[in-house]
Amino acid sequence: MADLAHSNAGGAHPGETRRDFLILTATAIGGVGVAASIWPFIDSLNPSRDTLALSTTEVDLAPVQPGQRLTVAWRGKPVFIDHRTPEEIKAAQDVDVSSLRDPQSDAARVKKPDWLVIVGVCTHLGCIPLGQKTGDDRGPYGGWFCPCHGSVYDTSGRIRQGPAPQNLIVPPYDFTGDTTIKIG
Amino acid sequence: MLIRIVASTALCLVSCVTAFSARAADETPPLPHQEWSFDGVFGTYDRASAQRGFQVYKEVCSACHPVKHLYFRNLSDLGYSDDEVKAIAASYQVTNEQPNDQGEMYQRPGRPSDRIPGPFPNDQAARVANNGALPPDLSMIVKARDGGPDYVYGLLTGYKEPPPGFNMLQGMQYDVYFPGHQIAMPPPLSDGAVTFADGTPATVPQMAHDVVTFLTWAAEPNLEPRHRTGFKVTLFLIVVAGLFYAAKRKIWAAAH
Amino acid sequence: MADTRPGAGSRIIRWIDYRLPFVAMLQHELYEYPTPRNLSYWWNFGSLSGIMLVVMIVTGIFLAMQYTPHADLAFDSVERIMRDVDYGWLLRYAHMNGASMFFALVYIHLFRGLYYGSYKEPRELLWILGVIILILMIATAFMGYVLPWGQMSYWAATVITNLFSAIPLIGQRIVTFLWGGFTVGNPTLNRFYALHYLLPFVILAVVLLHLIALHRFGSNNPLGIDMKGPQDTLPFHPYFTIKDLFGLAVFLLVYSFFVFYAPNFLASSDNYIPANPMQTPNHIVPEWYLLPYYAILRSVPNKLLGVILAFGSIFLLFVVPWLDTSPVRSARFRPIYKWVFWLLVIDVSALGWVGANPPEGLVVTVGQIATLYYFVHFLILFPLLGKLERPRPLPFSIATAVLQGGGGAQLGRAGAPIARP
Repeated sequence: MADLAHSNAGGAHPGETRRDFLILTATAIGGVGVAASIWPFIDSLNPSRDTLALSTTEVDLAPVQPGQRLTVAWRGKPVFIDHRTPEEIKAAQDVDVSSLRDPQSDAARVKKPDWLVIVGVCTHLGCIPLGQKTGDDRGPYGGWFCPCHGSVYDTSGRIRQGPAPQNLIVPPYDFTGDTTIKIG
Repeated sequence: MLIRIVASTALCLVSCVTAFSARAADETPPLPHQEWSFDGVFGTYDRASAQRGFQVYKEVCSACHPVKHLYFRNLSDLGYSDDEVKAIAASYQVTNEQPNDQGEMYQRPGRPSDRIPGPFPNDQAARVANNGALPPDLSMIVKARDGGPDYVYGLLTGYKEPPPGFNMLQGMQYDVYFPGHQIAMPPPLSDGAVTFADGTPATVPQMAHDVVTFLTWAAEPNLEPRHRTGFKVTLFLIVVAGLFYAAKRKIWAAAH
Repeated sequence: MADTRPGAGSRIIRWIDYRLPFVAMLQHELYEYPTPRNLSYWWNFGSLSGIMLVVMIVTGIFLAMQYTPHADLAFDSVERIMRDVDYGWLLRYAHMNGASMFFALVYIHLFRGLYYGSYKEPRELLWILGVIILILMIATAFMGYVLPWGQMSYWAATVITNLFSAIPLIGQRIVTFLWGGFTVGNPTLNRFYALHYLLPFVILAVVLLHLIALHRFGSNNPLGIDMKGPQDTLPFHPYFTIKDLFGLAVFLLVYSFFVFYAPNFLASSDNYIPANPMQTPNHIVPEWYLLPYYAILRSVPNKLLGVILAFGSIFLLFVVPWLDTSPVRSARFRPIYKWVFWLLVIDVSALGWVGANPPEGLVVTVGQIATLYYFVHFLILFPLLGKLERPRPLPFSIATAVLQGGGGAQLGRAGAPIARP
């Protein structure tokens, strides 16, 4: 079934090659246009500017006593704030970092050692670990314990046992005063 | 054949144009056209004018008119730095979204992510404060009125003594461009009402010009990306149309 | 039988095509498809309309991902799209102006059909399917306009749904049923949203039928005479694919002018005011493409008769193939009708002007004359002209007319249509 419009038997003469070139160029540039016009549709699904603007939360830490833990919402997720006791701080600092599954020193995970701020979402499959409420099981290291598949975190929120691959994530935050922080 | 096409196209255009202008005309003089920085296909927003306009809004109009579709963070588009935006936001008190631990709603300093709060908590409170009249929200006003920026400018500068024999209702003001000529809002602008930070003399026409630039930006913040993208698209389509036309002629040469 | 030519890609395609002859169908209907060689640019508007339908569906779906169909939230959700969603302004303006473009294209396409007799035997059903598409488009556009919940959205919905109260006895019950309440409100908005999302896919299905009906006998052409053989035709590809692509580029230039530089030119400024059930706008005006029907509605002093005539002006189009008694299709060979056709164009434009203006003075008079003429044109002139007119002699064939610039005279129909195997 010969395609009459494009038959090129016996070599093309200049008219045909020019026509083919025109068609090729036009189609190529047209194709670029089609591809470029797809981007706005896809980009419209990215988080919109009002969502991006709500990406910070401020927290007043003054009411939180040493040994107490506070949960706040940030970008729709729970953030664990722990006013650590000296014992908890020491336990966190006295760990051989190289033995950890996800090696990180405690100093790298806090701005002030008294305050641990971590995202309360297990890095395994996303459950919320226990340990924020009094009476919760905190696991063998006194940190947090995820009931879904048994991940165990220490007093620096680092993974010690169980299937989670990474330490609990430290969100970006800053101290805006002695006892106030801004997360995000 | 061509003449007939041209004639009926012209007829359609005429009927379209008269349709749109017919609504504006009713013994109101024609709206003078102002020169705007955002006019035309290459128009942009004069940032200095828009900032002055924001100052006019803040110091004069915001006493009665909300701009509910604006967030503080939008102001960075006018050239304010992040710190300036935070400071402007913090100078307002806004109602927190969630109640406090006692279940009461409370006020706190604004953040860039907050909407710019209006002067009244609801429409009824606004009416009570304004003799029953409801000052409209201004964030869309330039798009929501025929004549757009020219109309708002005309209204702000159009306060005059009513002509002799014109029956003014109690408490109303005469404005040349307001439909019906009787407007409840007293003239909001007077010379020197605002002291511009950049030293521009604050005459009524200047303030009107600047606040309309600000309000046009408020209604249509994406005008500049729209014009930029439009330019690229138009150029691209002209090239593609030319190429396709040349290809068409080449291909059809075989048929004749 | 499996084809053994090399190339994994083409082997897969051949495997599928043997079982589901999709490629073979495309080859037949899009590549080889014999098209009259003398089609003018007035024949571009069908494919342009089809492309616009796809554009409207795609922009609509992405808008639907961001829009909230609740009376308290709809207006603000549209503003959020305009301000906070990346390229939201582009989606919105493309969809809004796309509706106007879609109607402009379809109206030109329709008038092309009227001029060249494309509705005549054997294409009556093709025409009827087209009118169905137009009606579905009007319904879709009307409901879509309500969704932003501006002043014009709300009041246009109120006025148009109130039309049904003209139906004797049960009219008001029907209106309450349509509203889902005692006025246009949130229930109305929600059901309009669901239907507005649904109808374009119904339109898509009818367009498919429209194309199948078209391919049964092939396109009409400016001479209005049937294709007699291969000498009268050209394969659709590449001749008409490239012509359609060129037409598309030109159309996109017009479309993008509106979207990027005059996005609110065709719109009503009142729709940027949130809906207020307690205050009617000074002038309730529908979108331009509904103005002629609105003008007819208002031109009749009796409410029920006005409704009947307004809807009737569209439904009348269904019987056009039977109203026209002309023995020839194309107005090129109809010395009287070729002028009378333009009277309809002027009439419809005048009706548009009437619909856009408040019903007082000259507007009312013009509206009544134009409404009368509209029905006279179809109900009286169409049957009469066909009988009274003496058509000019038709060319022998398309090929002779095109290649030799005129051919032998032959009155009446020019041979049997090429039936598709």
